[in-house]
Amino acid sequence: MAERFPSPFEVETPPGGEGWEELYTYSLPFSEDRRDYEDGTFWFQDGIHWPDPLTPWDATWLEYALASLSQYNTRHYLIPPALGVDYRVLNGYTYLSPVPVADPEEIGARVPQFMERAGFYFQNWDDLYSKWLEKMKVLIDEMEAVGFEPLPEKEPMEVVTEGRGAGSGLTIQKSYRDLLNLGLKLWQYHFEFLNLGYAAYLDFFGFCKEAFPNIPDLAIAKMVAGVEVDLFRPDEELKTLARIVVDNGLKSALENEDPAAAMDALAGTPFMEHWDSVKDPWFNYSAGTGFYHTHKVWIEHPEIPLGFIRNYVAALEAGEDLSRPIDDIRKERDRIVSEYEELLGSDEDRQAFAQKLGLARVVFPYVENHNFYVEHWSHSVFYRKMKELGDVFVKEGFFADRDDIFYLKRDEVNEALWDMYSAWAVGTKPRGPVYWNRELDRRKGIIEALRKWSPPPALGSPPEVVTEPFTIMLWGITSDSIAMWLGADEAGGEGDLRGFAASPGVAEGPARIILSADDIGLLQDGEILVAPITAPSWAPVFSKIAATVTDIGGMMSHAAIVCREYGLPAVTGTAFGTDRIRTGQRLRVDGSSGTVTMLD
Amino acid sequence: MSAEFIVWFDDYRDSDRPRVGGKNASLGELVGAGLPVPPGFALTTEAYHFLRADADLSRRVRGLLSGVDLNDMAHTREISTEVRYLIENAEVHASIEEAIRVSYRKLCADCGVEDLPVAVRSSATAEDLPDASFAGQQDTFLWVKGEDAVFEKVRQCWSSIFTDRAMAYRHEMGHEHEVISMSVGIQKMVHPKTAGVAFTLNPSDGDPSQIAIDASYGFGEAVVSGEVTPDNFLVDKVLLQVTRRTISPKTVEFVLDEERSGVVVREIEPERSTRPCLADDEVISVAAMAKAVERHYGSPQDIEWAIDCELPAGDGVVLLQSRPETVWSRKKRRQVARAGETPLEGIVSTLLAPIHTRAKASTVERDT
Repeated sequence: MAERFPSPFEVETPPGGEGWEELYTYSLPFSEDRRDYEDGTFWFQDGIHWPDPLTPWDATWLEYALASLSQYNTRHYLIPPALGVDYRVLNGYTYLSPVPVADPEEIGARVPQFMERAGFYFQNWDDLYSKWLEKMKVLIDEMEAVGFEPLPEKEPMEVVTEGRGAGSGLTIQKSYRDLLNLGLKLWQYHFEFLNLGYAAYLDFFGFCKEAFPNIPDLAIAKMVAGVEVDLFRPDEELKTLARIVVDNGLKSALENEDPAAAMDALAGTPFMEHWDSVKDPWFNYSAGTGFYHTHKVWIEHPEIPLGFIRNYVAALEAGEDLSRPIDDIRKERDRIVSEYEELLGSDEDRQAFAQKLGLARVVFPYVENHNFYVEHWSHSVFYRKMKELGDVFVKEGFFADRDDIFYLKRDEVNEALWDMYSAWAVGTKPRGPVYWNRELDRRKGIIEALRKWSPPPALGSPPEVVTEPFTIMLWGITSDSIAMWLGADEAGGEGDLRGFAASPGVAEGPARIILSADDIGLLQDGEILVAPITAPSWAPVFSKIAATVTDIGGMMSHAAIVCREYGLPAVTGTAFGTDRIRTGQRLRVDGSSGTVTMLD
Repeated sequence: MSAEFIVWFDDYRDSDRPRVGGKNASLGELVGAGLPVPPGFALTTEAYHFLRADADLSRRVRGLLSGVDLNDMAHTREISTEVRYLIENAEVHASIEEAIRVSYRKLCADCGVEDLPVAVRSSATAEDLPDASFAGQQDTFLWVKGEDAVFEKVRQCWSSIFTDRAMAYRHEMGHEHEVISMSVGIQKMVHPKTAGVAFTLNPSDGDPSQIAIDASYGFGEAVVSGEVTPDNFLVDKVLLQVTRRTISPKTVEFVLDEERSGVVVREIEPERSTRPCLADDEVISVAAMAKAVERHYGSPQDIEWAIDCELPAGDGVVLLQSRPETVWSRKKRRQVARAGETPLEGIVSTLLAPIHTRAKASTVERDT
């Protein structure tokens, strides 16, 4: 078995990808300036959130998210053994590295401060969480209020009569800066609770593993998981809409090939009435992870939810009951809890078990729901605003397409706005149209070249043991998974794949490689979905497929949660699934033991 | 008429206990608790009482017994042979013989096997001596096939009250021969396609949340004797899900010989040898049965089981034997909760020592 992964300094750039470093903030690439540190550090690729190469603007979320996560560990709660998670980009792909507190004395000194700060949050969790929900709504309203208008031929008369003394050029630049600040605030909110939530969950998790060394991770997740979760709400609304179609005989309107025609035909029906009442917020739902401008949002692409609704209508007509038996799910959860509780050895253990489970359940609604509020709802609104600004640039001839704005770094958007404003103010031509036309072609070529490259799962020398709790929890990175990647690398494509036993059961069938959310329509009944990662919004295709295999993700990855919800076998975090498996190849997926066997 | 002589295991009630003896009663109880023992029935003590009511037979038996010197082993054996000959050749009431034959034919029909091999087992009882154990003193006959043979073996069971060792035992204990009565159990011989053992905890670390199953093709002897490396499954007791499976090449299996009268060893063809010998749903059925057995006895169990190929699919798992687990059950469980720790301190401990860095946990206290 290899002992280490390649150094970031020996990884080559694929042909056509040269110059990728210029597409990102200067602090993002690995560089000679910090070589000693960077070369002596273990980095793992985060394909859970960033499976594809980042366009320059989309790298913003990486920076906002990782800095915010880190800030809470390091500066807000003083998590005793852990500072932040450092982040880099290599050939367009994201690499992360948790930073431990090295000095045991410092760890000790952080303990009382952590207890005071985290203790306050745990004690006031429900109050603070309802405050969080309010803050989020205010934040989203503020984003919605941001508007981008083309600069006017002349300032309106009231600017003069009201003596405002400032014009549209300032407004559009300020609006973009406001939007960026709201984006950073959004990510700070995102981590206000998450790290503490995971800490409480890990504590219960650790207790269960100590009492029952072989307990499946799934059992622990099931004891803690909420029964009614916001993340499933969009899917639930699709089922409701499918029932409305069946009950009101609207199938022919729904069958319309053209989504716009279908929506027109459904106008004024109970279907559209319900659609309109739930689309905001529930269809602010990304078909992907929500971290890329290319990920389609349901509310803007009704063909996606309409396609899912058609599947559900077919299922209803075939006599399937689509409803989730909430009472049964709750009873089953209670049974699982009480049986493990009975198996404990003493009353002291039963008391600790109940206490830790109680706290885990207090924090878990946040862990389960934040993803909808942040990555789906808020990002959908945010990207809409960015695309409005893209339209302004298109109108001024800077770009051919509104989405071209995402090939600018976030601070370059300020420069382009300046160019546009300045030329407007002076009354001459901006440089942008020529400059960006040339530069965008170059950048698009680089990103396309990077897209064809497969990033190694990790870089550098792995630590002897992975101790950083959030790395284990969020990314499912453990000493075992690292050993598995190293071993699989050596095997050079032979043999079975191993990963996390994310959702139990065994299934066989032909594989279908899906590299992007846009291709999920290719999936046929009974196929096994093989993807870098799946998104919760793919839920409706899960009623068609036989099993799921992903390259990335642990037990608590969103995909794993959805597979368990749908009772589908899933093996996550195989690292090489999409690389080794071919579409059409027959597989056996054992979601109980975490193995994928290639049958031909 | 036969109702008074026959108690099917799945019709057994507590009030039948004195009529069917300890062994049959415990089989009936297991069925009542929902545990799958191989199907069968008990011929009640009433049938034996008919025989004892035969005045001529009784007089002749008493005559022989009165002269026996139980301290003289050779003499005792001689008398035993003569008494047993009398009993085995005594006339049996037609309705009793009919009841045995009809019930056996029904068992064959239920299993869909002609001349179904059965075990014919003595189950001695003494109404006034509820605590007396007669285990193993009377005869048991395996692989009995056909109604004539079954009827024959029933008579041999009755006569086995008068084996030399049973007589010696009663003499030692000061019991009169007349206090003993006899029920006979007739039970399907298990014809396993797969068999093995199950522990209701993980024998390698004592984890009580797991059921460990060893399984191989054919009769369980292959597993118990250690002649093959069995497939090993670990099943979570609460979720009833396979948590780990280790499939080994299984070289030989013990199977029924052609006359269906015993077991022979044969090699397993290569393609079958490396396949799992249990499908997942079968693993779960075995585990669910083991969980029910543990619940029935209220303590961890060491179980022998089989999947019978002659029973309807889905009902094939049978319990052959269960004894208390003795290794881990005797150790003191280690307490996981750290005494006096507040929930927040618990979280700090977890952050400082994430579970993946802790030494492989053991569920019992270490011996010092």
